[in-house]
Amino acid sequence: MVEGKSWRNRMFDGVNYVILTLIAFLCLVPIIHVLAVSLSSRAPAMGGFVTFWPIGFTWENYIKVVESVAFYRAFLVSVERTLLGTLINLLIIVLTAYPFSRSPHEFKGRTFLLYVFMFAMLFNGGLIPTFLNVRNLGLIDTLWALVLPGAVQIWSIFLLMNFFRGIPKEIEESAIIDGASHWQLLYHIYLPLSTPVLATLCLFAAVGHWNAWFDGVIYMTKMDNVPLQTFLRTIVIQLDMTRMNLDPKDLVLVSNRSVRAAQIFVTMLPILVVYPFLQRYFVTGIRLGAVKG
Amino acid sequence: MTTLAKTSAVRSLATQTSIRRKAMSYLARSWPLYVMVLPGLVLLLIFNYYPMYGIRIAFQDYNPALGFDQSPWVGLKHFEYMLKLPTFRLLFRNTLMLAIGKILFLQVTAIVLAFMLNEIRMRVFKRVFNQILYLPHFLSWVIVAGILLDLLSANGLVGRFLGGLGLNSFMFLGNAAFFPWTVIFSHVWKEAGWSTIIYLAALTAIDPQISEAAAVDGANRLQRIWYINLPGIAPTIALIACLSLGGILDAGFEQIFNLYNPTVYATGDILDTYVYRAGLISARFSLATAIGLIKSTLGFVLITLAYWLAAKYANYRVF
Repeated sequence: MVEGKSWRNRMFDGVNYVILTLIAFLCLVPIIHVLAVSLSSRAPAMGGFVTFWPIGFTWENYIKVVESVAFYRAFLVSVERTLLGTLINLLIIVLTAYPFSRSPHEFKGRTFLLYVFMFAMLFNGGLIPTFLNVRNLGLIDTLWALVLPGAVQIWSIFLLMNFFRGIPKEIEESAIIDGASHWQLLYHIYLPLSTPVLATLCLFAAVGHWNAWFDGVIYMTKMDNVPLQTFLRTIVIQLDMTRMNLDPKDLVLVSNRSVRAAQIFVTMLPILVVYPFLQRYFVTGIRLGAVKG
Repeated sequence: MTTLAKTSAVRSLATQTSIRRKAMSYLARSWPLYVMVLPGLVLLLIFNYYPMYGIRIAFQDYNPALGFDQSPWVGLKHFEYMLKLPTFRLLFRNTLMLAIGKILFLQVTAIVLAFMLNEIRMRVFKRVFNQILYLPHFLSWVIVAGILLDLLSANGLVGRFLGGLGLNSFMFLGNAAFFPWTVIFSHVWKEAGWSTIIYLAALTAIDPQISEAAAVDGANRLQRIWYINLPGIAPTIALIACLSLGGILDAGFEQIFNLYNPTVYATGDILDTYVYRAGLISARFSLATAIGLIKSTLGFVLITLAYWLAAKYANYRVF
C-alpha cells in the first residue's frame, strides 16, 4: 500500500510499535522472570531480589530437579501419555474422518452417525458420571485413564473430514476405476495430500496431552502414577509435601523457590521446543477450522 | 397356480435376488468404511455415552457398592435440596459474571490488538510480534497459575512493585472483591494474542484497494480503521459473539481451580468447582451429578442456540 511519509504517519507507526513492544514484553516477562529465578542461587531467590537476570548464577537447581526420582517418574508418565495418547488420537481422527467424508450414498448411515458424534460434542454426562465410569472400568491408576477417555477428538475429526471433502474428486477417479479399495484410497491418496493438516492435528493433540493435569488429579491415587503437570500442581500450587513419597531429598522441590522455578521451566520446555513448529502449522489449522476454543 | 401368480412370484424372487445382489456389491465396496468408524464409535459409546446413562444417579441416592442399577431412587430430592442451597444462586451468579466478563474483555482486547498488528507493514516484525503474543496460549493453567502465585507472593515481582507503592499484593488472590479481576486479566494475558488470529484473517481478507481509495480521498489511518476495517470485520465479530453465547456457563474450571482458595469463594466459586468439591472431595455423588446435569443441560441448549444463530446470521457451519 502507498503510505505517505508525513510526520503523522510516522507518529502513528512509532506509537503503534512502542505499544506492541510493551505488550509483547508483558507476555514474556513472567517467563523470563521464572528462568532468571531458576538460575539463581537460593538466598537471592528466596529474598526476592531476582528480576530478569539471575543473581549468583548456578545450575544447581536444575541438577536437583533432574536428580529427583519423583520428578523423573512424573516426567516419564507425561512422555508416555503424550506418545501413546497422540498416536491413538490421530488413528481415531483419520479412521473416522475418512468414512464421514464419503457421500451418504457410499456410506449408508453417515448422517445418523455424524449426529451421534455431534451430540457427544455438545452434551456430556458431567464430571461425576464420567469419573465413576472410568473407576468402574478399573482404569484408576493406569495410563489408560489418561489416554482413553479423551481418545475421540470430535472437533478434529470434523476438521479433517471437511479437509478430505475439499480434495477434488477427479484425483481419486482413476484410482477407483483401477479398482482401489477405500483402504488404498485413504492410504495412497488422502493421507499424502493432507500432511500439513495431520501435522497440525498431531501437534495440537500432543500439546493437549502434555498440558493435561486434571485427569491426573482425579484418576490417579498414587503420586507415582501422576503426570508431570499434576505433579507440578502439587508442588507449586498446593505447596503440599505430604503427598510426596516423603523422600527427604524431595522436600527441596517444594520448599526452595528457585527449585520450584526450575521445575516450572522444565515442564514448559517441551512446549517451547515444539513452538516454532506449532507456529508453522497452527495458522493452517485455525484457518481450516475457523475457530477452535 | 395361475399364470398371473406365477409371474408375480418369479418377479418378486427376481427383485429379491437383485436387492441381495445390490446389497452384496454395496457391502463388498463399503464394508471398510464401517470398520474404520468402529473404533471411534466404540470409544465414544464407552466414554461419552455410557456416562450419560450414569446421569440417572442424580435421581438416586447413589451408593458405590450398589452401582448405577441397584441404588435406590429418590426422585427430585437432590434438585430440591440444590435449589434451597443458598450457595446455588451464588454459584450461578459467579459463573455467569466471570464467563461474561472474560468474553467481553478478551474479545475487545483481541480486536484492538488485531487492528494494531494489522497496521504493521514490516513482515519480520509482524511475525515476531505474532509469535510472542501466541505463546501464552500454549502454556497450561498449572504453569500460568504457578508463575502467577510466585509473582503475587509477598516478595514476588508484582508484590515488590506494589509494595513500593504501599499496596499488598495478596489482595489479588485473597480478596473476594479483587479476585474476579485477577481471573479476567490473567485470562486476557493468556488468550488475547491467540484470539487475534480469527480477526487478523478477516482483516487480511479486506480488499486493500478500498483503503487506498480512502487514503486518496484524504482519510487518515485512524479514520480508515474506523470506517473501513471495523465494518470489514463486523461479520467476524458477530460470529464470535454468537459462538461465545455457548460458553457463558464456562467460567474456566482449569483456571479457577488453580487460582482460587476458600477466602474468595464468595466471588470465585463456580458451578464446576463446586461440583468437583461436592462430588470428589465430599463424595456426595448424587448431589454433584444433579448440579452437573443442570449445567450440562443449560450448556447444551446454549451451544445449540449459539450454533443456530451463527449458522443463521454468520453463515457458519460445523460440517
